[in-house]
Amino acid sequence: MLGFTTAAYVVAAVLFILSLGGLSGQESAKRAVWYGIVGMALAVCATLIGPGAGLWWLSVPLIIAGGAIGYQLASKVEMTQMPELVAGMHALVGLAAVFVGFNAHFELANVLALKGAIVTLLPEVAGILSSPKGFVWPAELALVAETKALVEEYKSLEGFAALLAKKDAVEIAILRIEASLGIWIGAVTFTGSVIAYGKLSGRVTSAAEKLPGGHMLNAGAAALSLVCLIWYMNSASLLPLLILTIAALFIGYHLIMGIGGADMPVVVSMLNSYSGWAAAAIGFSLGNDLLIVVGALVGSSGAILSYIMCKAMNRSFVSVILGGFGGASGPAMEVEGEQIAIEADGVAAALDDADSVVIIPGYGMAVAQAQQNVAELTRRLRAKGKNVRFAIHPVAGRLPGHMNVLLAEAKVPYDIVLEMDEINDDFPETDVAIVIGSNDIVNPAAQEDPNSPIAGMPVLECWKAKQVFVSKRGQGTGYSGIENPLFFKENTRMFYGDAKASLDKLLTMID
Amino acid sequence: MKIGTPKEVFDGENRVAMTPDSAKQLQKLGYACAIESGAGAGAGFSDAVYEEAGVEVIKTAAALWKEVDIIAKVRQPNETELKRLSSDKTLISFFNPAGNEAGMDAAKAKGANVIAMEMVPRISRAQKMDALSSMANIAGYRAVIEAGNNFGRFFTGQVTAAGKVPPAKVLIVGAGVAGLAAIGTSTSLGAITYAFDVRPEVAEQVESMGAEFVYLDFEEEQQDGAATGGYASVQSDEFREAQLAKFRELAPEVDIVITTALIPNREAPELWTKDMVEAMKPGSVIVDLAAEKGGNCKLTVMDEKIVTDNGVTIIGYTDFPSRMAAQSSSLYATNIRHMMADLTPEKDGQINHDMEDDVIRGATVTFEGEITFPPPPPKVQAIAAKPKEVVPELTPEEKRAAEVAAFKQQTKQQVMLLGGGGALILLLGLVAPASFMQHFIVFVLACFVGFQVIWGVAHSLHTPLMAVTNAISSIIILGAVMQIGSGSFLVILLAALSVFMAGINIFGGFLVTRRMLAMFQKS
Repeated sequence: MLGFTTAAYVVAAVLFILSLGGLSGQESAKRAVWYGIVGMALAVCATLIGPGAGLWWLSVPLIIAGGAIGYQLASKVEMTQMPELVAGMHALVGLAAVFVGFNAHFELANVLALKGAIVTLLPEVAGILSSPKGFVWPAELALVAETKALVEEYKSLEGFAALLAKKDAVEIAILRIEASLGIWIGAVTFTGSVIAYGKLSGRVTSAAEKLPGGHMLNAGAAALSLVCLIWYMNSASLLPLLILTIAALFIGYHLIMGIGGADMPVVVSMLNSYSGWAAAAIGFSLGNDLLIVVGALVGSSGAILSYIMCKAMNRSFVSVILGGFGGASGPAMEVEGEQIAIEADGVAAALDDADSVVIIPGYGMAVAQAQQNVAELTRRLRAKGKNVRFAIHPVAGRLPGHMNVLLAEAKVPYDIVLEMDEINDDFPETDVAIVIGSNDIVNPAAQEDPNSPIAGMPVLECWKAKQVFVSKRGQGTGYSGIENPLFFKENTRMFYGDAKASLDKLLTMID
Repeated sequence: MKIGTPKEVFDGENRVAMTPDSAKQLQKLGYACAIESGAGAGAGFSDAVYEEAGVEVIKTAAALWKEVDIIAKVRQPNETELKRLSSDKTLISFFNPAGNEAGMDAAKAKGANVIAMEMVPRISRAQKMDALSSMANIAGYRAVIEAGNNFGRFFTGQVTAAGKVPPAKVLIVGAGVAGLAAIGTSTSLGAITYAFDVRPEVAEQVESMGAEFVYLDFEEEQQDGAATGGYASVQSDEFREAQLAKFRELAPEVDIVITTALIPNREAPELWTKDMVEAMKPGSVIVDLAAEKGGNCKLTVMDEKIVTDNGVTIIGYTDFPSRMAAQSSSLYATNIRHMMADLTPEKDGQINHDMEDDVIRGATVTFEGEITFPPPPPKVQAIAAKPKEVVPELTPEEKRAAEVAAFKQQTKQQVMLLGGGGALILLLGLVAPASFMQHFIVFVLACFVGFQVIWGVAHSLHTPLMAVTNAISSIIILGAVMQIGSGSFLVILLAALSVFMAGINIFGGFLVTRRMLAMFQKS
């Protein structure tokens, strides 16, 4: 059976790789997700019938029950809540990794206890058997029988336990490191994802908050974890492992609490990466190659996403993780001019005259649930023969690609939804740019003011359009608290109000 | 406080500094308004209309000057008017401070505060009170209309049954506010319009108005218009020669010339010389908007229209805004109203003459018995196009060299990374047992494959990517399933929980990915 399971794992691994690779295009992605599903089904079935797995009556119903709940969640979730859902699911993976890691510890302890008992009994039994006295005492007989039973039990160990039984001292030491690592990463992922979920769903304040002591607390907890690891290596007892877990849970909590709302794309992709590394570490301790492969795939995927997000904000990964923007290096450039408001009829007239329109959505559109109205506006303008396109900044929203998903939900065709690099050169030829609920990603200070905290961050150069309308709740700075000179530009008009209500008003004037 | 507007005493001035509309707005700021009887007549506003708007009509100028605290007027005040000032009064008007020292001294002696409308700094925030621009806009428009009035032919080209009419050719010199307004009017009447300005950065604005920018064959480091507050400044002799040569070349062709070239506080430069006038076709028209400062054409007679011997009409009127008194009054009154709004931040009808404010400081010429002209340079420079940084074009060899260097750099980086990584793995292999290394190889290869594959994922599919990686990271279920067969109750419990949670994740993750992907549609 072992051979069959391994073969199934190879096929599953290939399918998983294909499934990620297929996401390079919208059409192939629809096929790719099936590769993933088949791969997962194959892997689970192969494990179920493979060595070591038992208690089908327990595991199969649990999978089905979990599946039912997952189905419910996935079919009910609104697309605007996608970031919360993803964060919440990461928490589950993290917790599962912690449990599996602990199990590895328990199993190891059991097997070692068994081994130890046999090792102590064997010399005695050998003494009895080779005794020249010709007969055995009943007590001795019982001892022999007991040893025989233990040896039988030892021999009958299968699956994971059998694997453990074969390990020598060095391998067991490595196994302990792997298991602790899996538990540690899993625990960080768990609390981190729970906090990220809370922040994204508004249950926890989205502002960056740190306990007094700040990063020293994190560093302290990390040092404590290291001490516990060494202690655990030497004593093999449960207590250091528990302390290590608690320290990791604290780090996850405190790390994510200290990161503000707009950095969430990085946080979520980082947690995604962690959940992968946790799975890989567990794979090492269980000696399961498929777990290692998939964990590494997921881990590197998350790492690349984090990298892309950081690059889009022109910030180093470390500065995002440590939370908050770097301090301004000098006084910010003074903003000259005034914000000029405009009503819906003015916007409608300008749209009527425009030939090319670019819409720049941001998190504000998601908050106001205005994507349907935006899509309707797009349909009407396109019906009049105008060239309407969308410009998406990589960190718009709270999840990588968040805006694309929202626009897709509202049935905006994906070929008019463009990336920053694809559209930035087209702004000078654009008649009207509409900014809906975004702020920092259209801030010209990033290019013009070397003292701005976001200086050097790539931004959408919408101010180069002939006219810019900004749909915004009211006068105020963005998440980062940076004044946006765009709002004061001569060709900018402020269209104040809730994005959805404003667009509703606008739609009545455009037919 | 009370704000009042007297009738303009300057001969032929039809404008008025307060309209019924602006009076209503001023009342909203908390001011009482007064006007001299008949002040608005030239601009078409009767006393009755003012009364309707809640403005007190005062019979004589003397009574008005006495009655009110703030006087808003158009033209620079004459001696009589200056005598009527006192220390508690504020005068807002055109004042020509650079050429009106006597006036400033008189105001200083009286202790009155004087705000000169032409001194409003040219910054974005102050545009709404920039009376020079609003008046120049009108002058530019009117100049084209006057030219058309004196030009015996159509502006636009036509092919009619009665013959073919060529379009008129209009040259506009100086693309400031007046010039741009003239360009707009001229092109919309259908003429072929050329425009020239010494500041090459305005070429874009000229072209956006539909005119053709006349470029000179001249190589010189052009100065930055922004350094002089967006105004033109004096040019070098060589530049002037090149410019005149170009104009000489154009003179026989153009039908209408409108010159608007002014340099602040100087006599107008001579741009259209006598020989150019002589080279023009009979019936051509020159409108010299710089007539007040001596004219861009030396033949111009201020305030008059003359016809030269070769039949060219030269118009030297200086009262274009006054010729459109209704329009110019309403714009000027709005400028005044905005100035008052800035002077009254509390909207309580009390002036707060804040000398810290860039705009108010810049426009104030006398304040509390002191002459405050000229003002210090504004803190904010006028915003004008920055000179484009010239990126030197690379030669093919240089490009090639740069590419090779980049490639070498990349290779070096990769070799170092590979070398370092390889050494690390080798070191690990020295100490780690074989069973670990087997798995480790798998791990490293999987990371490698992951990095290669993920870079290809489309940006727009990042959310589905997260959902699907989330789903497959529940592969952790394999570990749980392998452990669930164990004998220990605790292990079974933890494994069962893990199986359950991973189950949620698998189904939830894949389903939500499918939902998302199904939404992406091509148009």
